[in-house]
Amino acid sequence: MIRDITIGQYYPADSAIHRLDPRVKLSGTMLYIISLFLFDTFICYGAAALFLFAVIRVSKVPVRYIVRGLKSILILLLFAVVFNIFLTPGEELFRAGFIRITKEGLRLAAFMAIRMILLIMGSSIMTFTTTPNQLTDGLENLLGPLKRIRVPVHEIAMMMSIALRFIPILLEETDKIMKAQQARCADFESGGLIQKAKSLIPILVPLFVSAFRRANDLAMAMEARCYRGGEGRTKMKPLCYHGAEYAAYGILAAYLVLIIGINLVVNRILG
Amino acid sequence: MGIRLENVSYVYSSGTAYEMHALNSVSLEIPDGQFIGLIGHTGSGKSTLIQHLNGLVKASEGTIYYNGESIYAEGYDMKKLRSHVGLVFQYPEHQLFETTVKKDVEFGPRNLGLSEAEIETRVAEALRMVGVPQELYDASPFELSGGQKRRVAIAGVLAMQPDVLILDEPTAGLDPRGRDEILDQIARIHRERRMAVVLVSHSMEDVANYVERLIVMNHGRVAYDGTPREVFAHYKELEAIGLAAPQITYLMNDIREQGYAIPSNVTTVAEAKELLIPILKGNSVRRGGGI
Repeated sequence: MIRDITIGQYYPADSAIHRLDPRVKLSGTMLYIISLFLFDTFICYGAAALFLFAVIRVSKVPVRYIVRGLKSILILLLFAVVFNIFLTPGEELFRAGFIRITKEGLRLAAFMAIRMILLIMGSSIMTFTTTPNQLTDGLENLLGPLKRIRVPVHEIAMMMSIALRFIPILLEETDKIMKAQQARCADFESGGLIQKAKSLIPILVPLFVSAFRRANDLAMAMEARCYRGGEGRTKMKPLCYHGAEYAAYGILAAYLVLIIGINLVVNRILG
Repeated sequence: MGIRLENVSYVYSSGTAYEMHALNSVSLEIPDGQFIGLIGHTGSGKSTLIQHLNGLVKASEGTIYYNGESIYAEGYDMKKLRSHVGLVFQYPEHQLFETTVKKDVEFGPRNLGLSEAEIETRVAEALRMVGVPQELYDASPFELSGGQKRRVAIAGVLAMQPDVLILDEPTAGLDPRGRDEILDQIARIHRERRMAVVLVSHSMEDVANYVERLIVMNHGRVAYDGTPREVFAHYKELEAIGLAAPQITYLMNDIREQGYAIPSNVTTVAEAKELLIPILKGNSVRRGGGI
């Protein structure tokens, strides 16, 4: 059923990570992703994975939820691994006809896979613990300086949050319309391509009509409350840093220093 | 034979954080030709329940029989079921999509693969039943008034000539006149075609005036099932689950508590009138025409 599709995939729970300021989570995720590309030893990846699992533990989001998110990149992952294994030049380990596997290829493929997995898991832990609205709030705040060069940051953030808010509404609406047409014996499955495309009309027309109706209502409601863009607009819940946020930044910094340190040491030992 | 539900349960999004038991072991029978009211507050499971009746939602547990056959049996023809059990959703006018009224009503019969002649007669009959005048047949459904749109949408289901007609809040958002017209038309369709009708409603007045049987849902279970009179006699318990009896029931109970001999389960204004006039006449003699 359509309602099972989760976009924005927020997982409601009460944890230290959920309560954290969205700006910390955004910049933290960014830093974590960058950090994944800073080192090239397995020990460091182990440390990065350990750090991630610690964060997941604290966030109370079940691990299977996060692993489920990996399904979407499985094919991409497979491609990256296969290409890296077979197409990297270097010291040969195995050869059969034109297929050859090199030591460097294996190493690169393993790095690639670990990086991608950690990257996806790292960013999904952010979306799992931050509501879409918090996310756009944080983004608006972080992009604030761009206002100086006339980027309409507030308007972009507002559009983003409205769009995000409308996704579940329109999904629900689609579900309802589909059911209503099915109640009139509509058939969405059988028939050829053209028949199938045609069978979408009874869904799409009412869906568009309803989207316009809702957009109209929303615009009217915003105007009725004197909405006129971001200038001079204050927030009911302004974002501000507290102890937890500073601690989070501290932990992030410690993680970065530690992991770069380990990388340097390991590289020196291995020569 | 009608529809029979046996221990039907339904769980939304099972296994996730949003898991919700919408229906809890519901057993019901909807015989042919009965006019039934289904009431319950928001989230009581009534909308989920009606979507089970034509197979749009599959029960997590339990079975539903239509005319004695399980609708979950292998190879059961759902399309046929849906043409026999017509479901009109809330705000059905939101599902209109064709360029003309006639074409929109044709959608259902056409999906059944009927002949052009048969489609033509069914559409004309359905539109006549809901009282859409002939000059509107070629108008765009999007140009009609709210009440007219709703009639057209209801005709879209009626044109399949179902044996059971289920309507989810058919009067939501209509003015009092539009509401009475739609309800009267539904009652007439029920009388003329001997169709079983299930009317989902919030308005106790509506259901008390029209239906012969009332089913009250609460927390995914059937709380009461009986004639309106039997059910509204529990008006105090109904309040506890966020519902109410018709206003006239309250009024009559207030009068009863003043010491007048009136039954506690009066549900319609007409009935109240019958009971009150003799009392008023008696009183006017006693007090010399005081009330």
